[in-house]
Amino acid sequence: MLNLKLIPPGALIGLFLCAVFLFVAVFARWVAPYGLGEIVGGVWEPASSKYLLGTDNLGRDLLSRMIYGAQTTITIAALATALSFTLGSILGFAAAVIGGWFDTIMSRFVDLLMAIPTLIFGLVVLSVLPSTILTLILVMGLLDSTRVFRLSRAVAVDINVMDYVEAAKLRGEGTGWIIFREILPNALSPLVSELGLRFIYAVLFLSALSFLGLGVQPPAADWGGMVKENKEGIVFGIPAALIPAGAIAALAISVNLVADWILNRTTSLKGGRG
Amino acid sequence: MSPIVKLIAQRVALGVGLLLAVSVLIFAGTQILPGDVAQSILGQAATPQALANLRAELGLDQPAYVRYFAWLGGILTGDLGTALTTRQEIATTLPPRLWNTLFLAFWAAIVAVPISIVLGLLAVRYRNGPIDKAISGFALASTSLPEFFIGYLLILFLAVKVQWFPSISTVYDGMPFLAKLHAIVLPALVLVLVVLAHMMRMTRAAILNVMQSAYVETAELKGVGQFDIIRKHAFPNAIAPIINVVMLNLAFLVVGVVVVEVIFVYPGMGQYLVDHVAKRDVPVVQAVGLIFAAVYIGLNIVADVAGILTNPRLRHPK
Repeated sequence: MLNLKLIPPGALIGLFLCAVFLFVAVFARWVAPYGLGEIVGGVWEPASSKYLLGTDNLGRDLLSRMIYGAQTTITIAALATALSFTLGSILGFAAAVIGGWFDTIMSRFVDLLMAIPTLIFGLVVLSVLPSTILTLILVMGLLDSTRVFRLSRAVAVDINVMDYVEAAKLRGEGTGWIIFREILPNALSPLVSELGLRFIYAVLFLSALSFLGLGVQPPAADWGGMVKENKEGIVFGIPAALIPAGAIAALAISVNLVADWILNRTTSLKGGRG
Repeated sequence: MSPIVKLIAQRVALGVGLLLAVSVLIFAGTQILPGDVAQSILGQAATPQALANLRAELGLDQPAYVRYFAWLGGILTGDLGTALTTRQEIATTLPPRLWNTLFLAFWAAIVAVPISIVLGLLAVRYRNGPIDKAISGFALASTSLPEFFIGYLLILFLAVKVQWFPSISTVYDGMPFLAKLHAIVLPALVLVLVVLAHMMRMTRAAILNVMQSAYVETAELKGVGQFDIIRKHAFPNAIAPIINVVMLNLAFLVVGVVVVEVIFVYPGMGQYLVDHVAKRDVPVVQAVGLIFAAVYIGLNIVADVAGILTNPRLRHPK
């Protein structure tokens, strides 16, 4: 059982904030005081007891939109991360186990994809694809799977030469067994902390796309898009755009704190991987 | 031919080959749609005539590889094509914007590189102490902050509240140099803050790596002071990895400008790209995407070559 006192304070804060964000995202409909597109007051009203964070550029309640935005942002980022992880790790493990031409082709292709900055290639592809949430998840997930591929291939190459994997191969197990029953369980701990980093990256990437007007399209709300909606207010000294931007930062920092802690914990457990 | 020249020639050739492959990928990236590109650009309401015109203009009646070689041939001869939306030659609208972007990235780099190397050295000198902790805490925070958070925070305080700098970075031809610098202070500052932490952390890691070598231990046992060990023994051997770090971050700077340019409405290449992605202006997107990729790959080659040149073992092979 985990002893709460053993968790460093940074990680504890991170865990707490993550839990809050997750709770709000899941129960958005019940937590939000007003509807997503409901116009409830004047434009950019300051925070008051009625509108806890004030209102946005169209007079919608900012807090309610933040809550729905949490749902959209976290869902899309989580799905993209899930896609990049499944695809990247399975292909990475397969490349390490199968080796030969499969490994060479996959690795060179990933090198090629990584030679183009992700945001730039994402923008190139999005210039012809329809702007739907599904496209976003696919593009983000596929582009990010290159990084997971590299890590999981590197980890799997080390595990693949272990005696127990050798034994499984001699026993006549198939590639699927080797990947899922021998390599996956032993590669899990370095991958888990990477999961946190990839999730943060997905949140930041999605927010950047939405901020540029190329991500989640209105009327749906995500945090990056809300920054874009409210950015004109900044020059009048209205900080509405900073609230969703700050939420993105808070989410990213708290996930980072947790991932850091898991990484430290697992490396000290295993005596480090050098 | 000396082996080092050969090695460098190899790297450069590799880079050119990579760039060629990237051009295929960028071109293919705009062809992946299963349906009709013209339809998706113009939308469902387009008339058949408009569709046919656009198809002819994009050369969609020809197979993809023919279009690719026509495009590549054009680029190699300096013809980047024509923008669909404005009907302007891309080759004439792009260069001033490219210069603006490089201008911004250059000044950000001038500020960020020395600061991050000095802070990285300090972090190693006082490692695990409060300075090191503070620096890595700052690094953690700044890798998590989106550019627009830093950007709008700076605008709110430095442009709106105290009004030291403009909130919109307008630059134009023939603008006095100092006025230009004044206009880009805020975007450059955002870029500095974004890369600083990363560069510092990698510098710290590179020097720490060298600090674990036997000759550093010998120096320590000889009684050499901590700063002298870093300055005389660790730093010269860490130059190659540090140059690598700097180049990678410069590449990141040039790409990172996309969001920053949009925040400050700066007339650079990033803004140009984003505008035309929204308008689905494929020729512009392809051209700008390729140039971004070329700059990125180019800086990576420079990093490789610098790594070879500063490595004494490669410079004087046995």
